[in-house]
Amino acid sequence: MSTAEAPAEAVPDRGAPAVQLTGITKRFPGVVANSDVNLTVAAGEVHAICGENGAGKSTLMKILYGMQPPDEGTIAINGEEVKLRNPQDAIRAGIGMVHQHFMLADNLTVGENVFLGAEGLHGIGRAARARLAELAERTGLHAKPETLLEELGVADRQRVEIVKVLYRGAKIIILDEPTAVLVPQEVDALFDTVREMKAGGYTFLFISHKLDEVRAIADTVTVIRRGTTVGTADPKTITSRQLAEMMVGSELPSPETRESTVTDRAVLRLSGLTLGAEGSDRNALDDVSFTVHAGEVLGIAGVEGNGQTELVETIMGMRKPSGGTIELVDADGEARDITKAGTLARREAGIGYIAEDRTRHSLLLTQPLWVNRILGYQTREPVSKGQLLDIAGARADTERIVRDYDVRTPGIDVPAAALSGGNQQKLIVGRELSGNPVLLVASHPTRGVDVGAQALIWEQIRQARAAGLAVLLISADLDELIGLSDTIRVMLRGRLVSEADPATVTPQELGSAMTGAGEGDEE
Amino acid sequence: MTSWRTKLLPPLLAIVFAVLLSAIALIISGADPLQAYGTMIGQMFKGSTAVDTVNLATVYYLSGLAVAIGFQMNLFNIGVEGQYRFAAVVAAIAGGAMKLPPVIHVIAILLVAVVAGMAYAAVPAILKVTRGVSEVISTIMLNAIVAGIIAFLINADQFGVQRGNNIGTRVIEPSGRIPGIPLGSGTLFGFVVIAALIGAAYWFMLNRTRFGFELKASGESTTAAAAGGVSAKKMTLIAMLLSGGVAGLVAMPELLGRDYSYGITATQMYGFTGIAVALLGRNHPGGIALGALLWAFLDTSAVSLEQINVSKEIATIMQGIIVLSVVVAYEIVRRADLAAEQRRVGRALAGRKGSSVAEGGAV
Repeated sequence: MSTAEAPAEAVPDRGAPAVQLTGITKRFPGVVANSDVNLTVAAGEVHAICGENGAGKSTLMKILYGMQPPDEGTIAINGEEVKLRNPQDAIRAGIGMVHQHFMLADNLTVGENVFLGAEGLHGIGRAARARLAELAERTGLHAKPETLLEELGVADRQRVEIVKVLYRGAKIIILDEPTAVLVPQEVDALFDTVREMKAGGYTFLFISHKLDEVRAIADTVTVIRRGTTVGTADPKTITSRQLAEMMVGSELPSPETRESTVTDRAVLRLSGLTLGAEGSDRNALDDVSFTVHAGEVLGIAGVEGNGQTELVETIMGMRKPSGGTIELVDADGEARDITKAGTLARREAGIGYIAEDRTRHSLLLTQPLWVNRILGYQTREPVSKGQLLDIAGARADTERIVRDYDVRTPGIDVPAAALSGGNQQKLIVGRELSGNPVLLVASHPTRGVDVGAQALIWEQIRQARAAGLAVLLISADLDELIGLSDTIRVMLRGRLVSEADPATVTPQELGSAMTGAGEGDEE
Repeated sequence: MTSWRTKLLPPLLAIVFAVLLSAIALIISGADPLQAYGTMIGQMFKGSTAVDTVNLATVYYLSGLAVAIGFQMNLFNIGVEGQYRFAAVVAAIAGGAMKLPPVIHVIAILLVAVVAGMAYAAVPAILKVTRGVSEVISTIMLNAIVAGIIAFLINADQFGVQRGNNIGTRVIEPSGRIPGIPLGSGTLFGFVVIAALIGAAYWFMLNRTRFGFELKASGESTTAAAAGGVSAKKMTLIAMLLSGGVAGLVAMPELLGRDYSYGITATQMYGFTGIAVALLGRNHPGGIALGALLWAFLDTSAVSLEQINVSKEIATIMQGIIVLSVVVAYEIVRRADLAAEQRRVGRALAGRKGSSVAEGGAV
């Protein structure tokens, strides 16, 4: 950690700090989300906050934006200590937040979206429009104020969000993962805007876990790990490797699979799978074909929103493809066309499913753990017998999962919502690996879980693979993809555009292939 | 576990709260609350009031169950009112026209009632799954329409028979009646037994069968249920039909146990009472039974208030307050319980190792 501490003193002093957080601690039932966080943001700089999913970045920003009060610690804005009870307090203190998921009304115009709730500042008449035009100019928003928001693209919507916070008088702007939804050219344009605005005296807090972006835009970077700040560094002098080490710590679990267990027995065969998209003439899935073999992990890489969700939901039967076939091959080599089968039939045929959003798709939050064990398995032993549930069987099998998968819970009667994300996910992985599946569809299996749970989930997937399970892995974590997969296919705008060998590919190469900049592109 | 607390505390709190608030209303209207409550309770032991209460509660219970089935799937079946009235008139007409041996006659009438209730519920169900029409809107509409249907069907030109000033369906033969159980000065509906069996079947379906699990799962989270292979549309359709089927039985205790003919003056509003009773009983078959008894008690004993010159509408006020406070109390207790549960999980785990983000992960 010596590399992390050393540059901490190197941060240049730029006068009174715009934001100073001292000793911030926030506890949630069962977890400490932030403990003793210290952060100093100088006025007029772009300050990146880095950390893995679940490290506590979002909680910290919610505290700074007044959405959650800290349990301990103080917040000082421009040298003055403030109490932020709600976002209105934060806005008054000059803080604005651009959320990752935009807070805009589609059926209102750009102007209405900006003025909504801020009518007291300049009214909604000429003065307001003049102010809007001025801010639009400054942020590079070219859409007319009377354009309906639904007609705008993602990049423009983001600019509307930025204009919205500026209109409310923000001088300190929090950008929460602003690049997650953008394509590379849009990222560059956003960064240009941020640089110009920085020169105009604005201060930015830039939340990200993408190191190259942080190095491109930030003046200072603070790393958060496990809820606390581990160090501050100058991105110009620190290497990506050092930064990554700060983010994950030394005990970084490695997702590497050792020897190949790939067999030549196909389990899942997709050919020409096509799915139309609502309200668009471009297909959400366009002629997707691949085969997953027993003992193979096939990784799908891609920037989110390029059809991965649709692919998974089509394979699971939750969406109806407009063309192509899905075949599942059983142990005897008998291929079965499941294109028209329902979700339950597919699950019964031996597909386990780890959904990308566990609270929406994998759990009944208010139900106890053993009831959650039944979900998706309601027709099968050991949790059901014919039309009746086997409650004793379900309870016993839940006990087994809790034991074998190290689910940290006082019992199987607590509601699923009471568990932490990592423990919920361990329960889900345990459930989906029960009942001898032939194929596991794993969508972001370790998203938002702690490192301990991550290591355990990786290990379980690896063991199942060694036992002959076919795995389709979708992940935004490139290290996870490269470490676990036997084959990687890259998905871009609903198509599989290239293939990569996880033994030789680097995250950088994969990253450029994902954005369509790499070679081997079909377009 | 704290389940007894989540289950019993809210309704008790709500009732105590309602008693206190009604006492204030009584004082304002110039009456002595203790005397009023005393009179209401005393009424229970006079004449056939106790038996009447159970009889009325039977009707409320069926209505409450019908609403609760919908609630399990997140459906707000306001249409129990229309469904039971439609089923009642159809079953009364069919029952009056049938000539069948005892028992079989009764079963035939009940079947007609269930099917008619389902048919009337099928309209909003199909609209909901095919066109996404809110069941609240469509069932309210159908409630309004049913009055016209009844007026048309029991017109003397169709199936009605004029009897004095009243017009109703043809009287059902004794073979199609359900004998009552004489008790004190009153007669208990034989249907009480059937209602209890339906309640037990409801409990069994919900807690022990695959279908019940799918219904609850779908009601709690359509998305999670879909990922688990449960079709929300199918569940919506079945839940609505089942709800309508049970609703079809609501008028049967009175039709087959007391009136034998469905007239233009038959009591209405049982369907709406069912909503309140289901809320009060938290969709639990035992809870609904208690709720139905309480509601029926307030209804039957309120009459006695007029003896001491207190408006009997005070009972209606109490009913309203009870429902409102039950809803609020459940929500408060539910939230407090979840937080307590999370703290408990946190504490149980803190003993093993320091509780930190590393332990809990996502924030």
